Amino acid sequence: MIARLSAITFNTFREAVRDRVLYNLIVFALLLVATAPLFGEISIGVERLILVNVGLSAISIFGIIIAIFIGIGLVSKEIEKKTLYTILSRPVRRWEFITGKYLGLVMTLVVNAAFMTAGFYLALLLVSHGLGKDDGGLLIAVYFIILEFFIVTAITLLFSSFSSPILSAVFAFALFVIGTFAEDLRNFAALATGVTKWLATGVAYLVPNFSALNVISQVAHSQGVSGRLVLWNTVYALLYSLTAAVAAVLIFERRNLK
Amino acid sequence: MAALEILGLAKSYPTGFWRKTLNPALSPLELTVNDGETFGFLGPNGAGKTTTLKLLMGIIFPTSGSARILGRDFRDPEVRREIGFLPEQPYFYDYLSATELLDYYAQLSGVPEDERRKRIPALLERVGLGDAGRKQLRKFSKGMLQRVGIAQAIIHDPKLIFFDEPMSGLDPIGRREVRELIQGLKDEGKTIFLTTHILSDAESLCDRVAIIHKGELRGIGVVEDLTSKAADKTEVVWRGAHALPALANLISEEHVTGDIVRGVVSSEQIDSLLEKLHQQRAHVISLTPLQGTLEDYFVAQTAGREEVKA
Repeated sequence: MIARLSAITFNTFREAVRDRVLYNLIVFALLLVATAPLFGEISIGVERLILVNVGLSAISIFGIIIAIFIGIGLVSKEIEKKTLYTILSRPVRRWEFITGKYLGLVMTLVVNAAFMTAGFYLALLLVSHGLGKDDGGLLIAVYFIILEFFIVTAITLLFSSFSSPILSAVFAFALFVIGTFAEDLRNFAALATGVTKWLATGVAYLVPNFSALNVISQVAHSQGVSGRLVLWNTVYALLYSLTAAVAAVLIFERRNLK
Repeated sequence: MAALEILGLAKSYPTGFWRKTLNPALSPLELTVNDGETFGFLGPNGAGKTTTLKLLMGIIFPTSGSARILGRDFRDPEVRREIGFLPEQPYFYDYLSATELLDYYAQLSGVPEDERRKRIPALLERVGLGDAGRKQLRKFSKGMLQRVGIAQAIIHDPKLIFFDEPMSGLDPIGRREVRELIQGLKDEGKTIFLTTHILSDAESLCDRVAIIHKGELRGIGVVEDLTSKAADKTEVVWRGAHALPALANLISEEHVTGDIVRGVVSSEQIDSLLEKLHQQRAHVISLTPLQGTLEDYFVAQTAGREEVKA
């Protein structure tokens, strides 16, 4: 089982690495990070603040785009091109295939994030002429961004297990946007009454809470992130991803792959 | 022992939007393939051949029925260690080289690493791709891809191999190469289940064939038996041309050389003919059942039936 899972994971990673579209996105993101110091020159003295905001947001946004863009094709492309036929005719369980695909994409995103973070730190070093104690805290924001990738990949996989790639992309992106405003939705639910309250509360807790995972502004202002938040966000992201991935597996297990 | 037993496997797809009706793609199919046999599963396009293979491979689920592969339930994933499958017009991960692809599939089939290292170059050599192991598959021709396809189907040394239209879309040379590869596997004693609509390939490779049309099994048997059924005629040679006028309504063809007559008669009328020849005191020299072609049988079982129905 482990051998099969790791083979599928590694092959998914290898596919993403050899995909030229992925390179375009990475180059674009790295360029953005590299040019971030120029933004700082507009307002003298806030180079670091702007660089951290732009850099970490770029890592997050481009990672999300890659997660959705590759995630929608993870299963559908294998069905469409019939490569799945030669996989499922081997002792590979369907859940192993889905899990391997998921882990492969997550691995791709983590490696990308690592490269982009290295580039980001390089830019930070150039702007600040050295790294301070607060700069280590930025890694917590990167860690939360990676947790976001876990969730977005699982959600995209879930949608792509039953709908077309385009619809999956639309659904996943919409859910990401709504999830970014999850805190506002919860605040709205608290103020609302009657059916609206129930509805808003339901939606607010159903959508992934990406706003809790976004501490970019906080770390840009050198404010610390509590260990409790790190723990809760980790548990939340893992549980949410696991639920979405299990749902994807359950749908895929019953699907006729025409 | 039976390598494959299909026990009433059937598949229907719901059609329509409001009132869903079931459209049968495969009527309950009963079929047995013996160990070491090369079995041809023939039928026109859309007959249900690929549906049958997809059911057996667990790609789609049956509406009813079951199957046993190498004595085990076909849904048992472990049985797939012993089977190989080449889909119709396969596409493989074109970002991989042939060696990487075979390594990936071998890993999925549980082949240990040291065994993979030995087996992959040997197999590439066997399918005529010894020099192309490092080349990315996107640079491969269709014939080369088909050979890689065969290699991936046998990388784990399976006992039973399923080929779905292995010669489809290939030029005559490519077809011959693939045919030779399949013949080689047959000579090794592998059980082969081959779907095709190219009858000459089936005739040259298969021990037995089944004909499927519109999801229904129309005939099954040894190729020679089916082709003789297709002709359903016997050639009778006798001495005594004087007997001919009395036999005119029984024979369909006649060739007279001196006193020797060669006549063709349908199998139903062979007894009547022999009786009349006896009455006319003619001397029967030989009786030879005429051999038809697989194509005759195929047409009779597919197009022919439609004409009868119409």
